[in-house]
This record gives sequence, structure tokens and C-alpha cells, in this order.
Amino acid sequence: MSTLALLRRPLHPRRTGRADVGAWPVVAGLVVIAAVFGSLNDRFLSAENLTNLAMQMAATGTIALGVIMVMLLGEIDLSAGSVSGLSATIMTILAVHRGWPPLAAIAVALAGAALIGLVHGWMFTRLGMPSFVVTLAGLIGWQGLMLYLLGSGGTINLPFDGLLAKLSDTWLSPGVAWPAVVLIVAVRTAYALVNRRLRRAAGLPVASVAGLALRLGGLALALAAVVTVLSADRGVPLLLVIFAALAVVLDLVLQHTVFGRHMYAVGGNAEAARRAGINVTRIRMIAFALASVLAAAGGILAASRLVAVNQSSGGSDTLLMAIAAAVIGGTSLFGGRGRAYAALLGILVIQAITNGMLLLNVNSSVRYMVTAAVLAVAVAVDSLARRGQPR
Amino acid sequence: MLSARSVTKRYGAVQALGGVSLDLRPGEVVALVGDNGAGKSTLVKVLSGVVTPDEGAVEQDGRPVRLSSPHDARRLGIATVHQDLALCENLDVVANLFLGDERRRWSVLRPIRMERAARDLLASLDVRIPDIRVPVAMLSGGQRQSVAIARALVGEPKVVILDEPTAALGVEQTAQVLQLIRRLRDRGLAVMVISHNLADVRATSDRIVVLRLGRNAGEFRTADSTPEAVVAAITGGVALAGSPGSTGEGKA
Repeated sequence: MSTLALLRRPLHPRRTGRADVGAWPVVAGLVVIAAVFGSLNDRFLSAENLTNLAMQMAATGTIALGVIMVMLLGEIDLSAGSVSGLSATIMTILAVHRGWPPLAAIAVALAGAALIGLVHGWMFTRLGMPSFVVTLAGLIGWQGLMLYLLGSGGTINLPFDGLLAKLSDTWLSPGVAWPAVVLIVAVRTAYALVNRRLRRAAGLPVASVAGLALRLGGLALALAAVVTVLSADRGVPLLLVIFAALAVVLDLVLQHTVFGRHMYAVGGNAEAARRAGINVTRIRMIAFALASVLAAAGGILAASRLVAVNQSSGGSDTLLMAIAAAVIGGTSLFGGRGRAYAALLGILVIQAITNGMLLLNVNSSVRYMVTAAVLAVAVAVDSLARRGQPR
Repeated sequence: MLSARSVTKRYGAVQALGGVSLDLRPGEVVALVGDNGAGKSTLVKVLSGVVTPDEGAVEQDGRPVRLSSPHDARRLGIATVHQDLALCENLDVVANLFLGDERRRWSVLRPIRMERAARDLLASLDVRIPDIRVPVAMLSGGQRQSVAIARALVGEPKVVILDEPTAALGVEQTAQVLQLIRRLRDRGLAVMVISHNLADVRATSDRIVVLRLGRNAGEFRTADSTPEAVVAAITGGVALAGSPGSTGEGKA
């Protein structure tokens, strides 16, 4: 084993093709975006605007997490936007018109979304319909159902003082945020050290201490920067915490559980997975259900931020931005490659551009073109980095 | 010992196998040869539980066994490496070796245990892969074939069936895989190799079983046979050194 190979080895036991370039192209892109918009408008990098940016990320980012679940299998979920709008509408109707407790309304909305996802999965696996068509029907149909439920009014407001509105108006004070940062870094460090010791005890090669320190230092620095900036304004928004926690939990599940391993296997070679005794149908059903549940969660976060649902909930460019975020973050459209963190990075890029353009009062026509260019560049960088490798 | 007894299989009007018998013994490499359509693949499918024969039986240590699914075959200790390998190219070597049979505690993977076992297994087979944590997509054809064979051994089988293991390989990689097949024999496994390449067959096998048009067409002890006799048995022609029936050792 060469030292070079050792140095390039990440903490995680698995390395997919993307990990060779890692997240660095995306991070470099973010630096460029920050520099450009920061120089064009001095409000872009202000604590207030960055807090707004964090809030804007959460909803679409959560939907992107769901899209990634299906993209890992090499499939696509075009219905995510519509399902997010529909679920938010169901929740709002139950909470506002029927007077249900908010948590019960959320639970029913999420369960409904899971059912929708299972229907998609059933049509895909049992009827053999392409996922593109299944979810295209979903895109149209679930939006239709949402409009039907909204009725002639078209808008339902959430009470401003309820739990649902509070969701997007809760902020972690520095007294809570800083101990949380310390705890996260401590747990991560402890895990790395224990894992290193266990690997050494088993006679396996271990990562270099320098690489480990760099990684953990980077994590600590990034978290500290986020908390410092956000604390200078209103604090760390709960919305961001929910979104980030979902990304972390999903990544842990994908990397460290048998289910996650089987997700990657089905995405890489479904026939090989089937022959290895993996229940491919079950994995696919779960992935579609997860995608819809995460879309619903995103829709609920969006409704909380808007303090209402209306006819454009989950509509317009929500779905396309979620898919673009997944791709920019490094998820392969062909399946088997990508991390849950892709949603975090990808949506940060997209929302930063959107936010910066809005600050500059640029017409949305230009905004779309710039977003498209970034999407193309992100995929081109990824493709070039992997040139020479099979697949 | 795994035996096929007078196995017959028909696909509609086509008789793929007509009363074929075959014995696989521990510590022996049997080469199954024959022209296209001779019934080699069908026999492999019978032994690996993919198809059930119309007549005849598969016996293990003299007792008839039920082989109605690939799962049955695996449970009986029969591992098959198919020609298309069935590896997940996006996963690393460790993940592929344990695919579907992951070491786990509840539902959480045990990567250290799996990597340790993978290294030990590959070392015992003398398979050299520089970094077993790169995706299989980045390995050479010979390395992939070795991974596929090693993977068959994870379930600790008694019988290993290899379908055209050297078909897509270069000279040096072929030599590596043939060496690996000899090591399987040295571990006391019963090995069956399906091959088109008679040079490879002569280099590795202890016994050659010839199928022709779905029937046994001769059986040779590799060391005592001549290439001409084997070719004659495959094509149904007349060999210079006697007919297939008399040259072989008979059904020992």
C-alpha cells in the first residue's frame, strides 16, 4: 500500500468515484460565488443576509435529500415538488380547518406522503413503469389534488403564534449553539480515535494523524464559523438545524447500515444485488417512500416559513432546484454514487446564487441562466475528474 | 461429493440435456467442455439451482438433494461464479465480497471485521489487489474475476462452479486466475470449470468431462489424455488415438 493511497484515504471505509475529487470543486465554487456577490453587494455577506440564506436553504434542501434517495438507485422522482405542496396542504387543512394538534397534523401529512411514495414504488416495481413516467404522473396528479383541496380560496394561512409558525421562528441562542458545536466535534473525534484504535488492533491500515487532524479541524472551523455568523444576527435557525440533522442522519444510515449498503448496491448493479440475495423490490419501495416523506418534510418547512400554503406551494421551480442541488452536490444520475451531504452543499450553491441575484435586483431570466451555467459546470467538473475511470 | 445422475432437461421441443451424469469430488478440478449448445450452461444451471431438471437427480454424498432455487444451492455449499461476475462496480472490494452477507450487529455494518476477513481471504488465495477499498470499477479484468471467485468462497462452500472464468482475460491475467483455481483445489474444494479454451483446461483440470448435444460424450483423466482425443469427443469426429469411449477412464 503506497503512502499516497493512504493519504488519500478518507475516514469512511467506502470510497466512491466522486470521493477522489471530493467536495472541493463545490467548495471552491462557493468561495467564488461569495467573492463575486460580496464585492458586488456589501449586504450579501452580512450576518442578516447569511441567516436569510440559511432559512431559504432548509425547505428545498430537505426535498433534495429525498431526490437523492431515489437518484442513488439510478431512478428519478419528478413528483417531489408536488408531494411537498400536497403534504403541506393536508397538514394545514388538518391543523387550521379541523383544529388538530399540529404534531398530529404533521404526522398524518408525513404518513400520507409515505403512502404516496409506496404507490410510486409499487407502480415502478410491480407494474414495471419507468420511474420517470410514474413520478411525472405524480408531478401533475398530486398538484391537481392539492389545488382541489385548497378549493376556490387558494390560500390557507397558518396561525402566527402556533407551533407550525414557530418552527421557522425559533433560534438557537449562542448558549445552546456553542455547546452543541463542542459536542458534535467531540463525538466525531472520539469516533475517529476509537475507530483508528480498533483498525490498528485488527491489523488494518489506518489514516494518517495529519489527515485526521485536518479533517476534524476543518469540521470544527466550519461549524464555529456558521455559529459565529448566525449568532451575530438572530441565532442559528431551527430550520437549518432540522435540515442539517436530517442530512447527517441519512448519511449515517447510508454509510453505516446494511440498508444503506444495499441502496448503493442496487444503484450500482441491481441484477448483481438481486443475485446476492438482496430484496431489490423492498429497497426500491423504501427509497421511493423516503423520497416522498422527505419531500413532505420540506413542504412543511416551506409552509412554516411562508406561514401559509397557497396554489404555488411546491410549484414553479422547487423540484428543478432540488434536483439541481442533488446533482451539483455530486449525486450521479446513473445511480450508486453520491452522499446525503450533496443536498447541503448543492442547495447552498443554488440558494447563494438566487439570493445574490435577488439582492442585485437581477431579473429572474438572468438568474435562471446563471443557475443553469453553474449546474452544467458542476457536472462537467465531475465528469472531467472521473475521466479515465471506467463508468 | 456432488453428483448429477441421468439429468434430463427439455425446453419445449429442444432437449438441452439427455441423461447427463457427472461427479465432482473434493480436491479435484473438473473441466466441463463441449461445443456451443452442448448443454454446459444448462448443466450449470441445474447444479446452481437456477433450473430444475425434468428427470434425474442431483445427489450430495449419495443422498438426493432438492435444488429448486439458487438459495438452496448456496445452502448446500454450491457456489457459482457466473460469466458476467455480477459485481457492483461502484462498491469497493470489501463491500462486494460480503454483498448480501454483510457482517453486522443488528443492522449496523461491521466494516473492520469485514475488511479483516477480506484481507485474510484474499491473502490466503494469494490475490494481490493494491487497495481493496477502491471501487471495483477501477480494477483490472483479472482482479475482478479474482474478486468474484473470492466472493464465492465467503459462504465457505464445498463446491465451486466457474463459468468461463478466463474468457475475457489477457495472457498474464489468465495465468493468475488459473493459479487461483489450483489454489481452490488445494483447499480441498470440488471445482468445476466451464471453458472453451482447451489450453486452459489442460493447464488446470484433473479430469475433463465432454458434453455433446446434451449427452455425455467422453470423460478423460487430463494427464492421460491427448488434445486430439478431447477435440474428437467435442466434435464427434474420430480421433487418431482411439475413440472417446475407449480413451477415457470410464466413469470412475
